[in-house]
Amino acid sequence: MAQHKVNYLANGGAPIVLTSIDKFINFGRSNSLWPLTYGLACCAIEMMATGASRYDFDRFGTIFRASPRQADVIVIAGTLTKKHAEFMRRLYDQMPDPKWVISMGSCANTGGMFNTYATVQGADRIVPVDIYLPGCAPRPETLQYALMMLQKKIRREPASKAMKRKRLV
Amino acid sequence: MRAYSPKQDVQKKAYYNDRFHVVPQVPRANVETNEQFLADVNALKEKFNVLDAYLEKGHLVLYVEPKNNVKVVTFLKEKLSYDMMMELSAIDYIATRGGFEIFYEMLSLNKHKRIRVKCFVEEKEELQSVESVFKMANWSEREMYDMYGINIINHHNLKRILMPDDWYDYPLRKTYPLQGDEAAAWYEVDKIFGKEAREAIGPEIRDAAAIDRYDTTRFSRLGHEVPYGADITNGKEPEHTPLAYQEEGGVKLFGVRLIKELHEDKSVELKKRR
Repeated sequence: MAQHKVNYLANGGAPIVLTSIDKFINFGRSNSLWPLTYGLACCAIEMMATGASRYDFDRFGTIFRASPRQADVIVIAGTLTKKHAEFMRRLYDQMPDPKWVISMGSCANTGGMFNTYATVQGADRIVPVDIYLPGCAPRPETLQYALMMLQKKIRREPASKAMKRKRLV
Repeated sequence: MRAYSPKQDVQKKAYYNDRFHVVPQVPRANVETNEQFLADVNALKEKFNVLDAYLEKGHLVLYVEPKNNVKVVTFLKEKLSYDMMMELSAIDYIATRGGFEIFYEMLSLNKHKRIRVKCFVEEKEELQSVESVFKMANWSEREMYDMYGINIINHHNLKRILMPDDWYDYPLRKTYPLQGDEAAAWYEVDKIFGKEAREAIGPEIRDAAAIDRYDTTRFSRLGHEVPYGADITNGKEPEHTPLAYQEEGGVKLFGVRLIKELHEDKSVELKKRR
């Protein structure tokens, strides 16, 4: 993972007491997190399993969307190569604010076993990541847990904070 | 900006030398031991200069001149019914012989025989594309160009197949550095954010063992979660942080509790399905 000098807390500050409006907006946001249909490698298989009926992502209001314009979350599911990094960043930029990123699996977190010239050593070199999900590949339950943690994070922070543009650089 | 350190020779320096590696030798047999192959080699020798021919594991290996490669492959396909090209690629012998060995693996479905046509090209020497004879050579030759930098000519679409078009150097050469190559290390940062962002993002961590259990900003363990950035260097890590799948205060709607609150100590593990 990259050792950023970027301070995310400086943008909107630490979590503060929520107002009722914030609570209502965050209720809506956190319960209809639409991820982008976007898989890179074997983690995507687990992500598909999570979306399918047995593990059933719909329970959390999480329905995969085929366009970044309609998505709130991007799950980086798999090995991010240097050739693809540019396109991944473009997809992220195309998503409307507020948006969140789940980095799924070892490869997306740190480059994982691909300690090579051609692999991005952590997706957080490209986009600001909200949830790092460890595992190789993480089981569907853990992706659900990551999503629940993201929901929790959204509910905790003031609604206005998420509207501020998160810039990696 | 970061201080510049000279990196001209980083591509030249081999990171690995095989002091104790013994190259495995496959026993070779004479071509005369197989009538079918002997007839093929004799037919080929009438038209082309065959530098060497022998059998390896029951397959024929032929060395030809690189300038004849298309003609030999065409002859094998049309006259000797080796009608399938299975694979073609190169082997890096730059260090020892100053070039590449190109091999073409071919299969005859009529004769149930496989042959391997080999030729040696110098590092900068041009090699004719066999794409006009076998369509499958299209991608294989692009890969050869991408990974070894072999000069293929008369290929209709010769560009890199796996690496990005603006990638520097050829990754499957033995001299390619696995670490320390500046162009490769900063590739995605330079491309997306520009060189100015290098300082803010920082170098990539390529040490696979770089795990700091006291680092609570970049590492955590499920079931032992501590607040982000908490200092746990003096053993103040909690033994066990209770699982918190639920919202603080429970899940409520208009003041009515919808889901029972989770008490981890009271939860039970189901041994079989209900």
